[in-house]
Amino acid sequence: MIDLKEKLLSSFIAFENQTNIDSYVHDIRSEAIKQFESIGFPNKKLENWKYTSLKNLLNTDYSVLPEINNVLEFKNIKKYLIDDIDSYKIIFVDGKYCSHLSETTHEGMDICILSAALTQSKYELIIENYFNKIALKDGITSLNTAFSNEGAFIHIPKNKFVEKPIQIIHFSTGNEASLMFQPRNMIVVDENSQVQIIERHQSLSENKVFTNSVTEIYADKKSIIDYYKIQNDNLQASLIDNTYINQQRNSTFSMHTFSFGNELVRNNLNISQNNEFIETTIKGVTIIGNKQHVDHNTLIQQNKPNCNSHQDYKGIYDNKSTGVFNGKIIVNKQAQKTNAFQSNNNVLLSDKATINAKPQLEIYADDVKCSHGCTVGQLDKNALFYLKSRGIPEKEATALLMYGFANNILKSVKIPEIKTRINHIIANKLGVKIGFNL
Amino acid sequence: MLKINNLHAQIEDKKILNGINLNIKAGEIHAIMGPNGSGKSTLASVIAGKEDYEITKGEMLFNDNSIDELSAEERAHKGIFMSFQYPIEIPGVTITNFIKTAINETRKARGEKDMPASQMLKLLREKCSMLGIDRKFLSRSINDGFSGGEKKRNEIFQMAMLEPTLAILDETDSGLDIDALKIVASGVNKLKKKDNAVVIITHYQRLLDYIIPDYVHVLFDGKIVKSGKKDLAVELEKKGYDWIKEEINN
Repeated sequence: MIDLKEKLLSSFIAFENQTNIDSYVHDIRSEAIKQFESIGFPNKKLENWKYTSLKNLLNTDYSVLPEINNVLEFKNIKKYLIDDIDSYKIIFVDGKYCSHLSETTHEGMDICILSAALTQSKYELIIENYFNKIALKDGITSLNTAFSNEGAFIHIPKNKFVEKPIQIIHFSTGNEASLMFQPRNMIVVDENSQVQIIERHQSLSENKVFTNSVTEIYADKKSIIDYYKIQNDNLQASLIDNTYINQQRNSTFSMHTFSFGNELVRNNLNISQNNEFIETTIKGVTIIGNKQHVDHNTLIQQNKPNCNSHQDYKGIYDNKSTGVFNGKIIVNKQAQKTNAFQSNNNVLLSDKATINAKPQLEIYADDVKCSHGCTVGQLDKNALFYLKSRGIPEKEATALLMYGFANNILKSVKIPEIKTRINHIIANKLGVKIGFNL
Repeated sequence: MLKINNLHAQIEDKKILNGINLNIKAGEIHAIMGPNGSGKSTLASVIAGKEDYEITKGEMLFNDNSIDELSAEERAHKGIFMSFQYPIEIPGVTITNFIKTAINETRKARGEKDMPASQMLKLLREKCSMLGIDRKFLSRSINDGFSGGEKKRNEIFQMAMLEPTLAILDETDSGLDIDALKIVASGVNKLKKKDNAVVIITHYQRLLDYIIPDYVHVLFDGKIVKSGKKDLAVELEKKGYDWIKEEINN
């Protein structure tokens, strides 16, 4: 079988032939493919990849430049949308933009697609200023950069309150045996603007899918960004999600990551606080079973004084599933008067489930308030008996306890419809029919 | 209603109940008293179906059917309720959510349909006002950050909502000031009917001034060593438990 790295390297020429080689991005891509060629895919010898093996994932013959463009109708995708709210939608099917399912805009702001932004002269400046500026140059990100061509492009200019949330959904139909996708999203929110974004990757077939996604987010002065990632794909789909966030003075950024599905998920969440008075909140709920694997690799760099960061991740692991929490907050020397709180709680429902938790606080400043805590436990038997003694059967009682455990994360979700949706997914996941959202 | 015959129970290898005999009929209130470590709370937990305890001998019959093999939830569905000595805190689950689930799961087990939402709401309001509970309390997480008194009142509130046939109150009076004690006691008295029964487990006679028992039993070393009427409780309060120990030794 052909090696995936070799296949990608040789496909690069074919990919570049489809795009404009005179463009600014061409040089970035060429540089990136060289970078990927020399570094390659990460392996378990790297400290940050110690608990996540890509071996099985990479050992598959993917179609890396899928040509097919299946026609989907709204009824095929309805259930993957938060469809009870008015929203902008940027929908991709097998890596191609799908205009008839989308609802984009250029009125006073750009909520559209990257392929347009990369080729139209009016976006030249913004692309040169922001594209690939904060994404790391590691192997996996470089690979995406080399093949970057399509994804969401969002530019919210100054003083704009975007009233409707934006849903970005990448569907794959996977008619070919196995597919690899490399979506690239770019989001620039200018001074004093506010936006809510929901992102999802969803396979609609039973074939193997490998998505290597990169998202760059710029949060300018006083901007407020709420970002939600719903990771509930089928068990044949794997996702490496690389998200880079650059925060400026007085900006507020929050990320909620809900990981319930997929065979393997690796979240590389990378946030840099680059000025004063910044608020960063990152939260996550992971509920997995079978042989699923979810790895949260997060980094918050607090570089300047008077900033806050708050991290709260909760995980529930059943069967032979494995989880990784590798959360790092670095408080640099300059970052005086900062607060950094990190919390990670895990429940193992089975003897064969594993969590590797590594909470890290690196503090180089002396006038700061920081704390971190991490727990790994089992279900509280006394609490279970308490619920059962009131007539609630074991399965439902377990579900209630799990729901209570995760509920704290849901509290800060600002879109009620997302809360309802997540509640449903949790109830489904736990195999109960309880209306949680009272 | 509940008939316990020669019940022996242990946790791991430690024998705690050593031959309990008890017969509780509908309409009765029984008080079980005894010194620390005599097995009072174990008896309550064993009746409620806590799995940590192993029954090694004897049996428990509820309305003439053995409940020994039933799970805690199945016993609850039959109408057995225990008010916990130390109610468990469950953050993230609201009392309304909890009660609603408990009632509907019980109805489901009895082959009944879910309680209509309007009826549920009415019932919640009714029981809140009966126990002098602010309705805001319903949207709080179960026992999370509750004071001792609030926790105990929450237990009685659950009892009021679930309307059990047999209620076992395990040291419901401990940690309560006199005002809270009166509220809890009046709640229990209001719930008392001809067709249900109450077992009060307590150290002190104090609660029995407000809930008058028909029978008082003294538990010692895992056995009921003395039974009597209300005046036995008064005597225990005056003399302590030593005279009973002496009586047994003689």
